[in-house]
Amino acid sequence: MTETATLPATERQRRAELVQQLRAAFVGCQFLFETEDTVAYECDGLAAYRQLPLGVALPETEAQVQHILRVCTELKVPVVPRGAGTCLSGGALPIEDGIVLSLAKFKHIVELNPLGRTATVQPGVRNLAISEAAAPYGLYYAPDPSSQIACTIGGNVAENSGGVHCLKYGLTVNNILKVRAVTMDGEIVEFGSLAPDAPGLDLLGVFIGSEGMFAVVTEVVVKLVPKPQCAQVIMASFDDVVRGGEAVAAIIAAGIIPAGLEMMDGPATRAVEEFVHAGYDLSAAAILLCEADGTLEEVAEEIARTIAVLEASGATRIQVSQSEAERLMFWSGRKNAFPAAGRLSPDYYCMDGTIPRRHIGTLLGRIAEMERQYALRCINVFHAGDGNMHPLILFNGNDADEWHRAELFGADILETCVELGGTITGEHGVGVEKINSMCVQFSPEERDAFFAVKHAFDPFGLLNNDKAIPTRARCAEYGKLHVHHGQLPHPDLPRF
Amino acid sequence: MIDMLDSFRATVERATRDQTPLQIVGSGSKHWYGEAPQGELLDTRGHAGIVAYDPAELVITARCGTPLADIEATLAEQGQMLAFEPPHFGPAATLGGCVAAGLSGPRRQAAGALRDFILGVQLLDGQGRVLNFGGQVMKNVAGYDVARLLPGSLGTLGLILEVSLKVLPKPFAEATLRFELSEAEALTRLNQWGGQPLPISASTWQDGVLYLRLSGAEAAVAGACGKLGGERIADADCAVLWQGLREQTAPFFAGRAESAPLWRLALPSTAQPVALPGAQLIEWGGGQRWWRSDAPAEQIRALAERLGGHATLWRGGDRSVGVFAPLAAPLMQIQRRLKATFDPAGVFNPGRLYPAL
Ligand SMILES: Cc1cc2nc3c(=O)[nH]c(=O)nc-3n(C[C@H](O)[C@H](O)[C@H](O)COP(=O)(O)OP(=O)(O)OC[C@H]3O[C@@H](n4cnc5c(N)ncnc54)[C@H](O)[C@@H]3O)c2cc1C
Ligand SMILES: Cc1cc2nc3c(=O)[nH]c(=O)nc-3n(C[C@H](O)[C@H](O)[C@H](O)COP(=O)(O)OP(=O)(O)OC[C@H]3O[C@@H](n4cnc5c(N)ncnc54)[C@H](O)[C@@H]3O)c2cc1C
Repeated sequence: MTETATLPATERQRRAELVQQLRAAFVGCQFLFETEDTVAYECDGLAAYRQLPLGVALPETEAQVQHILRVCTELKVPVVPRGAGTCLSGGALPIEDGIVLSLAKFKHIVELNPLGRTATVQPGVRNLAISEAAAPYGLYYAPDPSSQIACTIGGNVAENSGGVHCLKYGLTVNNILKVRAVTMDGEIVEFGSLAPDAPGLDLLGVFIGSEGMFAVVTEVVVKLVPKPQCAQVIMASFDDVVRGGEAVAAIIAAGIIPAGLEMMDGPATRAVEEFVHAGYDLSAAAILLCEADGTLEEVAEEIARTIAVLEASGATRIQVSQSEAERLMFWSGRKNAFPAAGRLSPDYYCMDGTIPRRHIGTLLGRIAEMERQYALRCINVFHAGDGNMHPLILFNGNDADEWHRAELFGADILETCVELGGTITGEHGVGVEKINSMCVQFSPEERDAFFAVKHAFDPFGLLNNDKAIPTRARCAEYGKLHVHHGQLPHPDLPRF
Repeated sequence: MIDMLDSFRATVERATRDQTPLQIVGSGSKHWYGEAPQGELLDTRGHAGIVAYDPAELVITARCGTPLADIEATLAEQGQMLAFEPPHFGPAATLGGCVAAGLSGPRRQAAGALRDFILGVQLLDGQGRVLNFGGQVMKNVAGYDVARLLPGSLGTLGLILEVSLKVLPKPFAEATLRFELSEAEALTRLNQWGGQPLPISASTWQDGVLYLRLSGAEAAVAGACGKLGGERIADADCAVLWQGLREQTAPFFAGRAESAPLWRLALPSTAQPVALPGAQLIEWGGGQRWWRSDAPAEQIRALAERLGGHATLWRGGDRSVGVFAPLAAPLMQIQRRLKATFDPAGVFNPGRLYPAL
C-alpha cells in the first residue's frame, strides 16, 4: 500500500535523504516518518483522496513552528498544516514531497476573560471545548459545525466554518477577534485585535477562510456570546419541497431571523427516522426545523409569529417542542443525517453549494433529474435559512464507476448552484475536491488575483500549495475534458 | 442605468500611462477622513442604481454611486436596514464611499461592523480588469474572501463598482434608558451586561451619563427595561440622540473648532478608563472612545497600544503625525504586496491610507 515502494530507486534515495535532513533539523520536536506512523495522516475527512507525506511534524511551541517553517523554506519543502483532519474538501491532504505540520499538541486554552467575553486559545483546541470552558460563565462560542466535538479552531479559521446557528450568529469570520500566526519565513504576524478593529487593510477578514495557505495559526482570540435563556423549535411538514422552500423565504420576509432554520427532504427524513426513531412525519415531502432562542418572552413572541407564517405557507403539520428533551429529539434526526446516510449506503459524498433561498425548490428539482441521469440516489439535508445545501450522494466506493459518477453528479450540482447565482462551497472549502469547479465560478483574471493574494502572504509558494485555486492550465484542461450537464462518457452503457 | 465602466476604464488606463494618480470620489462627504486625498478626481456618482434587492434573501446589490440614503429608504420600505448603521457624513454619501471608508455607527456594538455584512464586491483594478469576489449568498467560501479587504481600504485597491450587502429586518421595538454613572461604573456595567442575554443595541457615555438602547422583540425590550432600571427617555429624543452620534452632529463632535484634534481610540471594551487632558465620549460598550485632546500624538498612540488597541487622528490636529496608527513591519509588507497586486502602477488614492500604500 505504500506508494513510495513503487518509486524509482533514485527517487526513494532522494526522499530518504530529505527526511534525514529534516529529522536532523527538527531535533527536539516529534517528527514521524515511518509509513506506519504517517499513514494516519494520509487523508482528511474526504477519504477518497490519499497521499503519504514525507513526514509529520508535531511541534509543541510556537518557536518550534517558526523553526520548522524556516527549515522548510530553506529546503523548499511544502508544508500542510493540520488540525483534527475533519476537513471535507481535502484541504489537509498531504503533498507528496512535503510534510504535514500537525497542531494537535496546541491544546491549551490560554485565557478565558468572562468580563471581556473573549477566549484566547491555541489552534488545536476543539470547537466544543471552548464552549464547554465558557459555560460556567453563561457564555459560549457561537459557530457550531456539526463536527464540533472533533474539529479544531485552527481548522475553523482556515475554512471559515459555519454551523446551524450561522444565520443569526454569524460564521467563523464574524466571531474571531484576532489571529496570531507564523508565515513560511518564520515571522510572527498578528491580524485583528481585541479592540473593535485594527488599523490598515482588514487582513484578518481575508485570512479567515484561506484554507491553511497563508500562514500557520498559533493562537486565536474568539468572541464569546451570552447563552440564550431558552430555545424552542418548531417542526413543520410540507407535502411539497417547493412549498417548504417558499415557507423559508416567507419567514425571513416577515422579519424573523431564526436561530436555526434547517430542512430535510422526504428521503432524508425516512433515512434518519430509521436511525433515531424521533417520530418524524414520514408522509412529508419536506420537514422544516425552525428554532427561536432568547429570553422566555422573546421566544414566545417569535414562535407565535413563525407559526402564523408557516400556517399561511401551507404547512400540513406543525409541532412545537414543549421541553428541552423534545427540542433535542426534534433535532436528533438532522444532527444524525450523516451516520443515517452511512446506513443507507456504503459511501456518501457530501456536497456544499449555496444558492439564493428562492431557488431551493428549483435546485431540488434539478437534483431529482440528476439522480436518474447518473443512476445514483441523493438525499438532501440543508441549512435552508442561508441557502446552504448539503446533498448527500449515495454510492459504493468499491465500484470505481459509481465513484466516478458520484464525482460527475457532484460537479453538476455545484455548477447548477453557480448557474442559479450561488457558489460551489458554503462552508467546507475548495481544497482539492472542488478545484475544477473553481474554473466555472471564477474568471482567469480573478483566479490570477487569488494567486497574487496568496503570494502576498506566502511569496515562497510553499504553504498548502496546489489547493483551492486552479492554474489557468488546469482550467483549460478541465474545459476540454468536461462535458456539460452530465453527458457521461459512454452514455450508451447500462448503469445498473 | 447608465454603465460607466468604459469611461472608468479609459480614465484608469490614461492615469496608468501618464503616471498621474486618481482620487476616487463619491459625494466627497468623507474627504476629511484618512490622509489627504490627492490626484485627478474620478467621480463615481454616474455609476448608480440598485441592481437587485429581494427582501426574502436579506441581500441588496447596488452600484457604487448609489446614494446611501436611497438604499436605506428602499430597505425601510420593506422594514429592513443596514444593521451596521453607517454614518453618512453628508446628504449625498454614496455606497462606494461608505464601503471604502468602512465605518460603522452605534449598532456596531451588537450587530457587527460593515465588514461583517459584505457578501460580495465587484472591483475595477489598476489593470482595468473587472473582478468579482464573493457573491450574493449568505455563505460562500469559494476562493479567498477578497471582498472583505475592501471595507476600510479607502479606495487604495481599486474602484469598487458594485457591492452586495447582507441586510437585516428592523427590530420590532426600541427603547432608550438613561443612567447616571461614573466612567468606571459605566464601563463595568456595560461589560457585565454584555455577558447577559439582553437586547442592548447601542450605548454611549459622556459626563456621568450613560444611555443604553435596547432593540428586539417587543417582549424582550419591555422585559429588559424592567430588569435594567434607569430612566426611559421619550422616543423622539432617542432618535435625535442616536442620529447625532451616528452622524457626529451631537454637540461633542459638532462643537469643536475644525482644526482642533479629535481622536478615535479603538480599545478592548474592558480597557480601564483613559486619562487624557480634554473631553471624552464613549461608544460601543467601551470599545470606541472619542477624545478631544491636545495631548501629544505619541502619548495617545502609546496609551492606546498599551491598552490593546489603536488611535486614529479622526479630524483636525497636526496630520503630519500620521492619521492611522503605524503598522508592524511584516503587516505593512503584506499590505504593500496586496496593493501591488491590485494597483501595480499605484494610481488609486495613493497615500490615503498610509504614505507607503
Ligand atoms: C461529520 C462532519 C460534519 C461536518 N460539519 C460541518 C459543518 O456543519 N460546518 C462546517 O463548516 N464544516 C463541517 N465539517 C467540516 C470540518 O469539520 C471543518 O472544515 C473544520 O473546520 C475542519 O477543522 P479541522 O480541525 O478538522 O481541520 P483539518 O481538517 O485538519 O484542516 C482543515 C484545513 O485547515 C488547515 N489548518 C488546520 N489547522 C491550521 C492551523 N493551525 N493553521 C493554518 N491552517 C490550519 C488545514 O491545512 C486544512 O486546509 C464537517 C466535517 C465532518 C467530518
Ligand atoms: C503573482 C502570481 C503568483 C502565482 N502563484 C502561483 C502559484 O503559487 N502556484 C500556481 O500554481 N500558480 C501560480 N500562479 C499562476 C500560474 O503561474 C499560471 O497561471 C500558470 O502557470 C498557468 O500558466 P499558463 O501558461 O496558462 O499562463 P498564461 O495564462 O498563458 O499566462 C498569461 C500571462 O500571465 C503571466 N504569468 C503567468 N504566470 C505568472 C506568474 N506566476 N507570475 C507572473 N506572471 C505570470 C505570463 O507572463 C503570461 O503572459 C501565479 C500567478 C501570479 C500572477
